[in-house]
Amino acid sequence: MPPPRSSPRIHPLGDAAALVDLGRRLDTALNTRCLHLAAALRKHHAVREAIAGYASVVVHYDPEQISFRGLSAAVRRLAGLRARAAPVGRLHRIPVAYDGPDLEATADALKLEVRELVRLHTAPYYRVFMVGFVPGWAYLGPLDPRLELPRRRVPRTSVPAGSVAIAGLQTGVYPLPTPGGWHLIGTTSVPMFLPQSDPPSLLRPGDRVRFFASAG
Amino acid sequence: MSAEAVLRVLKPGPFSLVQDLGRPGHRLGGVPEGGAMDRFALVAANLLVGNSEGAGALECALGGPDLVALRPCLVATTGADFAPSVNGQPVAGWTSHFLAPGDQLTFSGRRQGARCYVGVDGGLAGDRWLGSVATYLLVRRGGVEGRPLKAGDELGRAGPGVRPAVAGRFLPPAGRPAYASPARLAAVPGPHLSRLSPASRRALFRESFRVSRDADRMGFRLEGPPLEITGPELLSFGLAGGCLQVPASGQPILLMADHQTAGGYPVVAGVARADLPLAAQLLPGDELRFEKCGVEEAHQRWRRLRAGLETLRS
Repeated sequence: MPPPRSSPRIHPLGDAAALVDLGRRLDTALNTRCLHLAAALRKHHAVREAIAGYASVVVHYDPEQISFRGLSAAVRRLAGLRARAAPVGRLHRIPVAYDGPDLEATADALKLEVRELVRLHTAPYYRVFMVGFVPGWAYLGPLDPRLELPRRRVPRTSVPAGSVAIAGLQTGVYPLPTPGGWHLIGTTSVPMFLPQSDPPSLLRPGDRVRFFASAG
Repeated sequence: MSAEAVLRVLKPGPFSLVQDLGRPGHRLGGVPEGGAMDRFALVAANLLVGNSEGAGALECALGGPDLVALRPCLVATTGADFAPSVNGQPVAGWTSHFLAPGDQLTFSGRRQGARCYVGVDGGLAGDRWLGSVATYLLVRRGGVEGRPLKAGDELGRAGPGVRPAVAGRFLPPAGRPAYASPARLAAVPGPHLSRLSPASRRALFRESFRVSRDADRMGFRLEGPPLEITGPELLSFGLAGGCLQVPASGQPILLMADHQTAGGYPVVAGVARADLPLAAQLLPGDELRFEKCGVEEAHQRWRRLRAGLETLRS
């Protein structure tokens, strides 16, 4: 079913950015609409950056070139345009050693055998819904609902780079050593943060990712 | 680093970083704009020594470094007042001063504010990453090997020194941000303000908050009346500097220069760009208040603040 084309809600995010809210669902079609709107906004002379979220777009604009009201009108006009064919994201196949410190506890909490957890985590082609938080972090999903768990009650103060983790209906790979509250089920040697590249992130919005179990 | 070293670091100060106006345009890869916390002070420091606005300069938090000139140069200190001296003689802030080789620029103590900026004619060189020399500690890029200064570092010039070097150029107090503690920050109501309970909504714009010890270049966690959030969790979305997030704990977080580029906590307000320099000069324990402000009014405040810099253009 095509996504509904209701007029987006546009809110100021301070005085040089705006949040364009297109919906509330974790939904590939809605996310595709966000990617299209962000791409269209980037061509506007007064827009500096446009970043798609799961179901929203954040627009960074130059207030010396356009007012908030003018920006809102431009956003509504562009959001109403019919999107072209979906951009074809790249496919990444990423090896994972399922040896994370939370693997056993996560399987127990989900009432699954470890082998079954691995099978469910490696089965889907995940979509990159959004890149952000820290350089190289990609929000991947949706996860098989049988793997859905709330975040850890107490986040770790440091999670090693390369940790493969799940939380809610999302999965991802920590690109850098950062604090984190997701469940660590494995590790990969594929770097997510690429400081020599521009953008310095292996994964980009709209890409697809499939994990496969490797010996490590 | 550039061949022409202009300053040597005798003592680094508590936390001194090379910064510029950051690396906009890379949020798509999760990279924040970064750069100076007090962008006005960095721009003023550069204009005072004849540089372009976004040249590399030093951002010195909590206290200043001891620097010795290796070549003739112009310097200017802006932002926080750390009582600058040249060869032991106190000198005025927001003013360009000539240093001859061997002259020392030192700071005797913190009188006001949190971050002092030191501009040098020609601009400071640094490791360039994604078009900027701004030090980004999380990924250890930019500046001097992506780290704070240490004793013995030599700071290079990015370009030729400015000729003629004009000492004594000055930005009067009327042209500067109205630094104060408690700070009053103009804030535009945010997308999720309606998720605050009515009492919390009133408290946000009426009560005062305090910067907690959990405050760095990424953001300041604030203490004050707990803010009560209602409604389901949000899907993650993009963020901007100055956003005021409210996690479930009810302790708001003010996002600063090196903030995360995405998150899912409700954003209840966004501090106007014109007042982010005031926030950048706060330390743990300092008080602040948020004053409700419309977007257009925030743009006007920005234009008024910028007008103060126009006198520095030669």
